Amino acid sequence: MRTAYEFWDMLKRLQVTFFSGVPCSLLEGVIHVALGDPELIYIPAVREDVSLGIASAAHLCGRHGGILLQNSGLGNVVNPLTSFNLLYRIPVLMIVGWRGYRGDDAPEHLIMGEKTPDLLQTLAIPYAILEAAALEENLRWAVTTMEQRQIPVAIILRKGIIA
Amino acid sequence: MTRYEALQRILDRFTENDLALFTTGMISREAFNIRDRAENFYMLGSMGLLSSLGLGLALQQLARTIWVIEGDGSALMSLGAFPLIATCRPSNFIHIVLDNEAYESTGGQPSIASTVDLAALAESAGYPSVWGVTDTTALDSALGRAAAAKTLRVHSGESSRAGSGGARSGLAHASRVEAAVRANAHRVGKSRACASTSSAVARFEGLTSSTSSMVVTGVKINTPTQPNTGSPIAKAIVRLNSTKR
Repeated sequence: MRTAYEFWDMLKRLQVTFFSGVPCSLLEGVIHVALGDPELIYIPAVREDVSLGIASAAHLCGRHGGILLQNSGLGNVVNPLTSFNLLYRIPVLMIVGWRGYRGDDAPEHLIMGEKTPDLLQTLAIPYAILEAAALEENLRWAVTTMEQRQIPVAIILRKGIIA
Repeated sequence: MTRYEALQRILDRFTENDLALFTTGMISREAFNIRDRAENFYMLGSMGLLSSLGLGLALQQLARTIWVIEGDGSALMSLGAFPLIATCRPSNFIHIVLDNEAYESTGGQPSIASTVDLAALAESAGYPSVWGVTDTTALDSALGRAAAAKTLRVHSGESSRAGSGGARSGLAHASRVEAAVRANAHRVGKSRACASTSSAVARFEGLTSSTSSMVVTGVKINTPTQPNTGSPIAKAIVRLNSTKR
């Protein structure tokens, strides 16, 4: 288990500090720390696609942007990912809370929980499932991949990895 | 006033400092025809996303004016962005809705805008300045006032709308967002798509001024539309009710 402070420290080192998102209980600590840190920008969006639009503007301004969302919100970003980010090659770091992992969750999360990696694969969005021991490595890979390929990259966050 | 005429008047005003985003469909095509320029961005797809992208730009391109120009269908698709924009209150954001009450790019199907007052929605969402106009004279006047309004109107730190959310939301959050953007402004200097950013950011002004504007413009539809008597929802309900199971 790692702390949200460690998570953000690494993202600051990687210069990803402009975020927008829609909450997920798995991201509770992450969002809480972001809201209290003057070096981080977190704009609470009304929908996941709105957060993607806001965060994408960061790239147009020469920096990296990121979104925080629950996997239940992945459906809301499919259109902008395919017709905007992947089309215009606008990289964004997607931090995705993985509800329904291994079928151990509330019923509304079970189907998307099972489909989450497949969905990202179908969209050809590179992703990594965050491991506590590899937090720095996973995040560095994500940002490097964003920079090299100029497309969105996802980090999937399971329960119990970040407190 | 046609959409083309409205777009001509809007595009006529732009200088280098104006970053203009146009929504997918006819609006992008006509804007490109009228006056293509390096500071125009044409959204090819992602209907409904434009205002969010514009908000993100406005928060980071503090000394430039961001114009979001979209139709009623696009605005209605991301209605939740209205109060978000109003909450963030970028001082450099002008939102124009060209309202022809139809999805014209797909053949002129009616939207629900015929029964929705978009200007009133923007006002109640918290836009500090809203103009609803239907002719070119009124549009010119509204554009002038919207552009002028962006110069410095610093709020008192209190807001009737954003008082309940505590330090994490509303204006308190928006000012912190802007302050943080300002603190990070040097990073914005590495601009790719937006030219001459570093000098622009250095001229940052209007911190948390409450001047996001919206101009809702009624324009005539160009293509023959389907008969638009009554709201589409009412018709759909009638149709649903008459469907035999």
